[in-house]
Amino acid sequence: MNTEAIKELLYKMADDLLIIGHRNSEWTGLGPILEEDISFSSMAQDKIGQSQALYVLLHELGEQEPDTVAFTRNANQFHNAQLLELPNGEYDFSLIRHFLYDHADQLRFEALANSSYEPLAKVARKVKGELKYHVFHANTWVTKLGSANAESHARMQAALNHAWNYALGMFEHSTHEDILIAENIFIGEDSLQDKWLSNISAVLLKAGLSIPSSDTWNPVLGGRKGLHTEHLGPLVEEMSEVFRYDPTAEW
Amino acid sequence: MYGNAYIDPNDKAAMMLAGEDPQKLAEFEARIARGEKIEPKDWMPKEYRKQLIRMIEQHGHSEIIGALPEGTWITRAPGFRRKLALMAKVQDEVGHAQLLYSAAETLGKSREAMINDLITGKSKYSNVFNYPAYTWADACIIAWLIDAGAIINQVANAKGSYGPYCRALDRICTEESFHLKYGHDNVVTLATGTPKQRELVQAALTRWWPPIMHFFGPSDKISNHTEVLMRWKVKMATNDDMRQQFLNMYVPKIWDLGLTLPDPNLKKNDAGKWDYTEPDWEEFKRVINGGGPCNAERLAVRRNAEERGRWVREALNTAESKYIAPLA
Repeated sequence: MNTEAIKELLYKMADDLLIIGHRNSEWTGLGPILEEDISFSSMAQDKIGQSQALYVLLHELGEQEPDTVAFTRNANQFHNAQLLELPNGEYDFSLIRHFLYDHADQLRFEALANSSYEPLAKVARKVKGELKYHVFHANTWVTKLGSANAESHARMQAALNHAWNYALGMFEHSTHEDILIAENIFIGEDSLQDKWLSNISAVLLKAGLSIPSSDTWNPVLGGRKGLHTEHLGPLVEEMSEVFRYDPTAEW
Repeated sequence: MYGNAYIDPNDKAAMMLAGEDPQKLAEFEARIARGEKIEPKDWMPKEYRKQLIRMIEQHGHSEIIGALPEGTWITRAPGFRRKLALMAKVQDEVGHAQLLYSAAETLGKSREAMINDLITGKSKYSNVFNYPAYTWADACIIAWLIDAGAIINQVANAKGSYGPYCRALDRICTEESFHLKYGHDNVVTLATGTPKQRELVQAALTRWWPPIMHFFGPSDKISNHTEVLMRWKVKMATNDDMRQQFLNMYVPKIWDLGLTLPDPNLKKNDAGKWDYTEPDWEEFKRVINGGGPCNAERLAVRRNAEERGRWVREALNTAESKYIAPLA
């Protein structure tokens, strides 16, 4: 097993989950209806719990404690896709991002349930069950709001257009892509992206929303290598504010 | 004497019962005296309905406004364990609002109308949430002591007469008891932690003590009005009794942690009651009427959330959807 390749895979997945979990939790108390407030909070708890499970795997591979890794790194040490760090914006953007990300994540964890790296396969088998509900939630709302009325349609389409190139950035290649595939650890980003496109296309069609024309596709890359928008720094600073207040303390 | 329609406007109890069918009223009161629950479709005096709507609605508002000061700390919670627990706790509070609004809806006021009255300032919420949570320790003190106060109030009200409210409260109290444990565990961690942590938690406790003493409200005036509400099991305990119960349960626990309370007169007297410096009720009134440090901000945040979510609610409101009041 190539430990470096596995660590890289685990880091980007864990960071994606931690950052989107953090963003989802920002809806607490502010949702458009109470039921959605509660849904986003549920998903946030799942995401953060899932990220923790992956940081535990990293710890078993010699990385620092999950709390230390999550709460003391600087923004440029995070490997999440830029899509996930973007501010929540309005509910339309949050929902579309949730839809695009969770479809990819569901496929990722489904594939990893058969990974040759058994510790990850074990986590993936549990997580994919939780993600089923996240995807169900996203599909329900995207379908509803995509075609409910002129305003909701226009908002959802604009949000999709805005999120699209960032979403393509989720599939940025790992430096160890070939090893991961050769060792049956992971199916690889290209294969994942193909399946993802096929799954989301079916739902978007039902929702009356169109994927931007492929000649405008321009994946926003760099997140996996620590390159981020100006939005991640403040997020990380806020997240670690109390933890850093007294680094010697147990909280 | 029959035929005299005049009701002394100063006699609040008589005003409350004005126009009610005396036989139905007697049956209603007899049911309550027997310990039966009143259900949504049952006959009830107009004033009973009005007081319950006011009370349940205010309670619901307190849950969603209360999510704001604590919610601020979700994104700052130190470490996975605290972050996950605080998210779950605040989510519970929002869920309580959902339960409570449903219970109030059974009495004939829609959730939309209630939220509208909240954001226009027409109906109130618990005064404590008009104070800021400056530090992580403030959020911990809220989770422990404000939730403790709420439990005392809610356990009492859960024995009230209105079925849907009692059932909602039973469920709420179960969840609140976990919040209390969460809050206590946090405060213990800080109080037994590093000097910086102890300093944080002591400052938060000192800051929150006056709002905590205000929490149960001023002493009840002895009035016929209160007496009727207690007979109808709408009001289950006096404000002073609940405050005494709180002091009795929590002051020793606070002192055990080596923390101090900013009231030199606080002590248990020979009669087993707690003596304390009377809280500043002028301040309480001022804050209730909008003059607290966070009233404007809390309502602005809520109003903004309502405004930003309007298009979502409108999109849900399609031709085939129609309003159905919850059954219970």
